[in-house]
Amino acid sequence: MAESEPEPEQEPEPETEDDAEPQVVERDLTMSRAMVEAIAHEMREDEEVFYMGEDVADYGGIFDSTEGLLEEFGHDRIMDVPISETAYIGAAVGAAQEGMRPIAELMFVDFFGVCMDQIYNQMAKNTYMSGASVSVPMVLTTAVGGTYNDAAQHSQTLYGTFAHLPGMKVVVPSTAYDAKGLMHNAIRDDDPVVYMFHKRLMGIGWMPAPDGPKTPVPEEAYTIPFGSADVKREGEDVTVVTLGLHVHRALEAAAELADDGIDAEVIDLRTLVPLDTETVRESVAKTGHLVVVDEDYRSYGVTGEIIASVAEDRLADLEGVERVAVPDVPLPYSRPMENEVIPSVEDVAAAVRSVRSTESGAE
Amino acid sequence: MGGVTELQAMFEDMVTARYYEERLQEEYLEGKQPAFDISAGPIPGELHLAAGQEAAAAGVCRHLRDDDTVTAPHRPHHVAIAKGVDLKRMTAEIFGRETGLCGGKGGHMHLFDPDAGFACSGIIAEGCPPAVGAGLAASKRNEDSVAVAFLGEGAISQGGFLESLNLAAVRELPVVFVIEDNDWAISMPKERVSDVADGSRRAEGFDMPGTRVDSDDAIAVSDAAKEAIGRARDRNGPSLLEVQVHRRMGHFMGDPQTYRPEADQEAAADRDSIERLAAELRRRGVEDETLESIREDAHERVDEAIEWAKDQPEPSPEDAYEDVFANPPSGVTDEEPAYDLGTDARAGAESGGDD
Ligand SMILES: Cc1ncc(C[n+]2csc(CCOP(=O)(O)OP(=O)(O)O)c2C)c(N)n1
Ligand SMILES: [Mg+2]
Repeated sequence: MAESEPEPEQEPEPETEDDAEPQVVERDLTMSRAMVEAIAHEMREDEEVFYMGEDVADYGGIFDSTEGLLEEFGHDRIMDVPISETAYIGAAVGAAQEGMRPIAELMFVDFFGVCMDQIYNQMAKNTYMSGASVSVPMVLTTAVGGTYNDAAQHSQTLYGTFAHLPGMKVVVPSTAYDAKGLMHNAIRDDDPVVYMFHKRLMGIGWMPAPDGPKTPVPEEAYTIPFGSADVKREGEDVTVVTLGLHVHRALEAAAELADDGIDAEVIDLRTLVPLDTETVRESVAKTGHLVVVDEDYRSYGVTGEIIASVAEDRLADLEGVERVAVPDVPLPYSRPMENEVIPSVEDVAAAVRSVRSTESGAE
Repeated sequence: MGGVTELQAMFEDMVTARYYEERLQEEYLEGKQPAFDISAGPIPGELHLAAGQEAAAAGVCRHLRDDDTVTAPHRPHHVAIAKGVDLKRMTAEIFGRETGLCGGKGGHMHLFDPDAGFACSGIIAEGCPPAVGAGLAASKRNEDSVAVAFLGEGAISQGGFLESLNLAAVRELPVVFVIEDNDWAISMPKERVSDVADGSRRAEGFDMPGTRVDSDDAIAVSDAAKEAIGRARDRNGPSLLEVQVHRRMGHFMGDPQTYRPEADQEAAADRDSIERLAAELRRRGVEDETLESIREDAHERVDEAIEWAKDQPEPSPEDAYEDVFANPPSGVTDEEPAYDLGTDARAGAESGGDD
């Protein structure tokens, strides 16, 4: 099927030695450029791939998710659609069931409320309900996240909501390199994939990104398999599991903690469905301490899920657990309140320190 | 039509809204130059301004009372001002202050002023169903208040709008839907997303009166709104009204508008409904000085509101945890009464019977 991650980029001929030198990649891209490059590549290869959404044509996507695609592919394949999410996301479901490979964009994930039936009762269930006689090879792209004071209807991530509902794969890139490889995989996948890109990571001119997401990106196509978490920083003392924007906040916290002699391992989940619990469990077996950091609501969500999946299997490995997430309130507008509820670098660092102090606990 | 006093009142609402947004724009850009960073400055987040759309709000709200309900979309300021929302507290909300309408939780797209019967929502067309609900409440209680839902022309293909038309029609509810047609939905020109140039024709399919006012002439809007609102108040059912307005600015602050032909931007700038109404007032014998003093008073009120707002304290971080639910709770107790439901006896009997 698809190519795999290009560690040693070789011709796939004789699989003799795998210790060939990795190819050096020198070109840095923003996350949005990387994502668009994968879409353009797939559209050139397969004319059944097309993109639908609001303001995706002339505007290039409010968050640059389709920047430059109109010029190459025209309005027939980069389609501006009416503000009718139920109709066009449902149309993507139908076209996918006809065998096409549509990509539909929901401008902000917060707008899912007006079209959730098509997403959940159709897109996510048709494969199963049909006994897999039908498949839905589409991608639903959507912008997520806060940190710029856009308030309760435009700042959520809803990672847990989408991951909770069976039948769709859920992808959350945190770097340009991951964004490209995951997008190739998403378009080629025969199942519906929800591709959630964090606005703050895209590298948009008017919303400055942190340093991390802009990375070297190979020119050629490559895929990153779903269900493979990435250890973004190795460490011995505490396992920090996170995704999206908070990968970068966790890395910053880890750098601070290192000054105090605490060695944190940072795991980027990259996909929530399928979920790579093995990488997390192995790390916890090594560190004994788990901190899960999420920009979604605290209860019934990603943090609880990760902790449960470790506890079920490796309860004995767990010396201490903490979670850091949005404290079950809608996202407030005003700066002091938004800063309070979205986990900060300091919140992550504090949780790591606190989980370590549970070490020689009461028992 | 209305007398000169009424027209002057509309003029006042319109110049207030225009100047208000000019001032907000200045404040918003502070800290966002030279590089525009949406999260910087005294007003962060998105900001959608309504310059060029004032006639629709003023012409409609002229016929509304405090006990009438208005829902507005993401571009709400001109409507809020015309509906009589508290200017100071609205401004404080936009600046994210503790004494703002919503204590800093809502921001510019989510302004709530129950005293003025005003609310807005940033999700396209989703103000329509609650407006129907306000009409339903009035109808059930035999009150003669009405509800008005404002929406953009981009919203007329959304289920929330079309379903609301139908519900209001079958229940004959006192609701007026007002489409502000500014030709654009962000970067999408209306002909790209709807085959019908006149949005008021959506009413036909629901057997509801539909009218389009083809210019942003505040007097024509007021005349059409008077009829529609009167119909609702007299319990003769809902109506749909579309008003041609103009978007003099980008969709939101920071919008480069590269998608928009320059001629279209110039045309919008040339058509000024405020100047048009001023000319009509002069024609009817209102002195320039009178118009000037209306303007000056409006500017003073706006400047005062902005100064007041900027002096207000910010909320404390912990305030974020308040208000998820109504507080204090009313009508609930924290004690469960004790009843003997005979549960133990029954459970015993069942298990006995089964075995
Ligand atoms: C359900 C939903 N889809 C998309 C958006 C994003 N969005 C915000 S404003 C807008 C355009 C609205 O156009 P129109 O209704 O004509 O109002 P205008 O902005 O022109 O006043 C869009 C697509 C949204 N807020 N809600
Ligand atoms: Mg519009």
